[in-house]
Amino acid sequence: MDIQAYIALSLTLFTIGVVGVLTRRNAIIIFMCVELMLNAVNLLLVAFSKMHALSPTAKALPTYASDAQIFVFFIMVVAAAEVSVGLAIIVMMYRNIHSVDVNFLNRLKN
Amino acid sequence: MNHISQFVWLIPVLPLIGFLANGLGRNYLSKSVAGFMGSGVVLGSFVLSLLVFMQVQSGVTMNLHYFNFIQINEGITIGFDYKIDQLSALFLLIITGIGFLIHLYSTAYMHEESGKDFAKYFAYLNLFVFSMLLLVMGANYIILFIGWEGVGLCSYLLIGYWYKNNHYTDAAKKAFIMNRIGDLGFLLAVFWLIAKIGTIQYDEVFNAANLSRLSAFDISGITLLLFVGATGKSAQIPLYTWLPDAMAGPTPVSALIHAATMVTAGIYMIARSNALFSLAHHTQTIIAVVGLATALLAASIAIKQNDIKKILAYSTVSQLGFMFLALGTGNYVAAVFHVLTHAFFKALMFLGSGSVIHAMGGEQDIRKMGGLHKHMKVTSITFLIGCIAISGIPGFSGFFSKDEILAGAFSHHIALYGVALFTALLTAFYMFRLYILAFTGSFRGTQDQAHHLHESPAAMTIPLTILAILSIVGGYVGVPEALGGHHALATYLSPVVPSAEHALSHQTEYALMGLSTVLVIGAIAFAWFRFKGNQAEGPATGFGKILENKWYVDELYEKIIVQPLKKTASFLQSILENKVIDGFVNGVGKAVNYGSRQLRWLQSGQVGAYILLMVIGMLVLFIIQLFL
Repeated sequence: MDIQAYIALSLTLFTIGVVGVLTRRNAIIIFMCVELMLNAVNLLLVAFSKMHALSPTAKALPTYASDAQIFVFFIMVVAAAEVSVGLAIIVMMYRNIHSVDVNFLNRLKN
Repeated sequence: MNHISQFVWLIPVLPLIGFLANGLGRNYLSKSVAGFMGSGVVLGSFVLSLLVFMQVQSGVTMNLHYFNFIQINEGITIGFDYKIDQLSALFLLIITGIGFLIHLYSTAYMHEESGKDFAKYFAYLNLFVFSMLLLVMGANYIILFIGWEGVGLCSYLLIGYWYKNNHYTDAAKKAFIMNRIGDLGFLLAVFWLIAKIGTIQYDEVFNAANLSRLSAFDISGITLLLFVGATGKSAQIPLYTWLPDAMAGPTPVSALIHAATMVTAGIYMIARSNALFSLAHHTQTIIAVVGLATALLAASIAIKQNDIKKILAYSTVSQLGFMFLALGTGNYVAAVFHVLTHAFFKALMFLGSGSVIHAMGGEQDIRKMGGLHKHMKVTSITFLIGCIAISGIPGFSGFFSKDEILAGAFSHHIALYGVALFTALLTAFYMFRLYILAFTGSFRGTQDQAHHLHESPAAMTIPLTILAILSIVGGYVGVPEALGGHHALATYLSPVVPSAEHALSHQTEYALMGLSTVLVIGAIAFAWFRFKGNQAEGPATGFGKILENKWYVDELYEKIIVQPLKKTASFLQSILENKVIDGFVNGVGKAVNYGSRQLRWLQSGQVGAYILLMVIGMLVLFIIQLFL
C-alpha cells in the first residue's frame, strides 16, 4: 500500500485532534483529541517502519526495522498510564466543581 | 651669604600658621589667644620683612628657589620661587606693617563677636595676609596667581563674614565673580606668554632677548589681558562695582582690602611687568584712560553718598584710578608711591570710620552723625589728617604722590591733566564733606546714640595714631627734585622700576603744584561753606540723583548682562530642559509602557490561546521547511 495514504490519514487524524483541542471546552473531549493526535503519530510511526523494512539497506540492521513497532508499544503503555492519571484528574475536577469545562478552570491566572 | 635669606620663607608661612591654628582651634581658643596669635604672626612677618627690607636697601636682592612646582616633559619648569627685590620688599613692608596695625585694631573692633567667630575672623585675616605675601614674593606669574586667587577667596570669605545676612553674602559672591572675570584675562595672558616664549619667570620674561621674540600684537594682547586681570582685582571700569559692595564686611577688613592688600595687587602686577607694558603704547593709553575715567566716575559718585564706608570705598576706587593713570603714563614709580601713601591714609580713614561706627553703635549714615569731634578727639584728629593727606595739601603724604601723578599726566597730555586735576578737586570736596558732616556741628543721631558716644579703646586709637603719623611723613620718601628733595623712593626702586622721564622744568612743576594746591584749598573751603551748618541735603534731583544712584551702573549691568543671562537660563529651563530633555526621558518610558501594553494580550493566561499560538508557530515552521 502506498505510504501517501498512511500520511494523509495520519495528518487528518492529527488535524482533527489539534482542532478538537483548540475548539472544544469539555475536558474529556480535549483528552480524547490528545489521544487522537498520539495515535495519529503512532500510526505514522508504524507505517514508516513498515516502509523502511522493505528497503534493502534496512535488512542489514540487526533489529531489522522492528524499532518503531516496539516504540509504538512503549507509547501505548505510557499513554495508558497517562490516560488513567488524566481521567483521574478529570474525575476529581468534576467532583470538586461539577463541571469539566476547561475555561472554568483558569483560576491560576492572577 | 646673608643669613636673612634663610628666613625669607617664614614671612608668608607665619600667617599661614596663624591661619591654621586659628582656623582649626577656633572652638577651643579664647578670644585673647586668638587675637594675640593672629596679630603676633603678622608682627613676626613684619619684623622679618623689615630685616629683609634693610638687606635689600643695601643692594642685596634674592632669588630663592624652593622646589619645582610644575614640570612638563622637561620643557616648561615652573619653580616655586621667591623673588625679593626692591619692589617686593617695599610691598612686604606695606602688607605686613599695615596688616599688623589692622590686626591689632581688629582685636578691639571685633570683640563683640563670639569666640568661635572671632578666631574664624583672624584665621581669614591671616590667610589674606598670607595670600598677599605670596602674591608679591612670587618670582613668576604662577606663584603670583596663587596669591592672586588666594586674596580673591579671602575677600569672599571676609566680605561674607556675617554670613547670616543675605545682602552681605550677595556682596561676597559679587566680589568673587567680578574677580573671576578678571582672573580669566590674567590666566589667558599667562598662557599666551608660555605659548610664545615658554617661560613665565619674571627675570626670563623681561630680558631683552625674550621680549624681542614677541611681536607687537603679542605684547598688546598680553598686556591688555593682564590689564583685564588688574581691572578685576584693582576695581577699575568695568569691574569696579564689587568694591563698594565689599563694604559689607567688617570695617577692618575693608581697610585691609582697600589699603594694604588685594586692590594694590593689580598695581603691583603692572609695575612688576613694566618692561612689558612700556613696549605696549596702545595698552598704556587704554590704561591711562580707563584709570582716569574710573577716578572721575568714582569721585563723582562719592560726592552724593551718605554711607561713611561707601564714600571711602568710592574714594579708594578713585585713588586706584589715579594709580592706573600713573601706570598708563609710564610713571610706575609714582603709582607705587601712591600705593604707599594711599595705604597709610586709606587704612587710617577706614579704621577711623570703624571707630566712628563703633561709637555710633553700627550707624553708618553721615546724615545721622555730626559733632563727633567733641566725643572722640583722637579719631577726629587722625581722620582729619587722613582727609588732608588724601586731598593733597602740601606737607602731607598725599600731596607728593598725587602731585607726581598729576605732573606725569601733564607731561603726557594736557587733557589727562585737566581731568585728573578736576578729580583731585572732587576728592578734596567729598572727603571734607564727609569730615564736616560727621565730625563738626551738632549731633543728629538719637538720644541713645548720643549717650553711647565714646572714644574707642587704645587698641584702636594706637593704630590710628601710628597711621596718622605715617600719613604725614610718608610722603617724604619721595620729595621731588623741584622741592629740593632727591626722591629717595625712585632711587630705591630704580633697579626694578625705571623712573619716568620728566621733561618738566622746575618752574612748570611749581606752577602745577601751586595751581592744584590753590584749587584744592578752594574746594575744601567750598565744602566748608556748603556743609558747615549741617544743612540736610534735600532729596537729590536731576544730576544729583544720578550720582546718588551711582550712575545706575549696577542697574545697567543688571539689564545688559544679568537679565539676558536669566532669560537664557529660563528659556533653556522651560524649553530645553522641560520639553526636550524631559520629553526624551519620559518618551522612553512611555514607549516601553505602550509596547508592553500591546504585548500584554500574549500573556492572557488562556491555555487555549497559547496552544493556538503554538500551532500557528508550528504551521509557520512547516511552511518554511516545506516551501522555502
